[in-house]
Amino acid sequence: MSKISPSKGAPYARIMGVGGYRPTRVVPNEVILETIDSSDEWIRSRSGIASRHWASPEETVAAMSIEAAGKAIADAGVTPEQIDAVIVSTVSHFKQTPAIATEIAHGIGAGKPAAFDISAGCAGFGYGLTLAKGMIVDGSAGHVLVIGVERLSDLTDLTDRATAFLFGDGAGAVVVGPAKEPMMGPTVWGSEGDKAQTIRQTEPWTAYRDGGRPEKFPAIAQEGQSVFRWAVFEMAKVAQQALDAAGIGPADLDVFIPHQANMRIIDSMVKTLKLPESVTVARDVETTGNTSAASIPLAMERLLATGKAKSGDTALVIGFGAGLVYAATVVTLP
Amino acid sequence: MAATQEEIVAGLAEIVNEIAGIPVEDVQLDKSFTDDLDVDSLSMVEVVVAAEERFDVKIPDDDVKELKTVGDAADYIAKHQS
Repeated sequence: MSKISPSKGAPYARIMGVGGYRPTRVVPNEVILETIDSSDEWIRSRSGIASRHWASPEETVAAMSIEAAGKAIADAGVTPEQIDAVIVSTVSHFKQTPAIATEIAHGIGAGKPAAFDISAGCAGFGYGLTLAKGMIVDGSAGHVLVIGVERLSDLTDLTDRATAFLFGDGAGAVVVGPAKEPMMGPTVWGSEGDKAQTIRQTEPWTAYRDGGRPEKFPAIAQEGQSVFRWAVFEMAKVAQQALDAAGIGPADLDVFIPHQANMRIIDSMVKTLKLPESVTVARDVETTGNTSAASIPLAMERLLATGKAKSGDTALVIGFGAGLVYAATVVTLP
Repeated sequence: MAATQEEIVAGLAEIVNEIAGIPVEDVQLDKSFTDDLDVDSLSMVEVVVAAEERFDVKIPDDDVKELKTVGDAADYIAKHQS
């Protein structure tokens, strides 16, 4: 057996910079009420959502990603040429081939990085972070761009009063690079495929080929109560495991950035986790809606931009959603 | 030892009070969680999980939909508690 040279990676990895892009059009609940029989009060009490951003035809998955990535690269203090890999998590880019990551990599002027898409729903950002960390420590990449991007308005049934108000569009990006000390904890992640039906696309794309035109364009549907129970009580356990794995006690934690699915889930998770009041909690869902893979980096960017969190803070991030899949980890904020 | 119906209703009243802020005395057997007590579908999940812990029962998602009144929940718990 020939001897293979060992990898020469960095000892550790860290998030170096973050950037976000929110579409120009702000959609308040009043617009949602044009197509469902509900009320602003009902929507706010069930979800905490007051408004969300919806992308215009020009604000494509690639265009939003390139904007967010440019900001993250600038925030990280690196150049596009230093990006060795681009990981894009999305469920709402409607052309599978080629991966949208290659167009985004080209769009930011990154040279010839490795570029690929992943599909892990609302946990996609955490999955991407975990891959990026491995690539940096392994020596496969010096700097990795991780993007979560969605146009969920394209997958929303505006006549479904249980989901019409939930979703929004946007892109969030981070640059992950080398670190001298641990600044990203172990990831606690997994999947529960027995619950695959609780969050799902209503029709496969092939329904258009095989059976003519379905009555409605495919959309995301969910079993609200089942998802709520899983998200609050099972994900609180996962979040606790991520804290334990990183050796972080409640008093050491500065910021909690859960996936921005619903304010009720966030509030109940905070209660279940018994987080001290000193912990800053991301509540970006109020004005952004649920943007799936984009929600955590968007919320992170806003907390830092508004001064509610600061560089060097210790943050617990947890994504969870369709699959069902989840990923939680503790990171040092850039 | 299994809880009596009286104890179950008292326990549910405490849970509903803590989660939804409904006065304990309003939580009566014939009261509907949604229509009378203003416990919405998501709070109902929290009530169910708290009841599972308190009374050592499992209440699967499919069964939660059948628990319309406090009496329904009390009967279910009485029947399924170990």
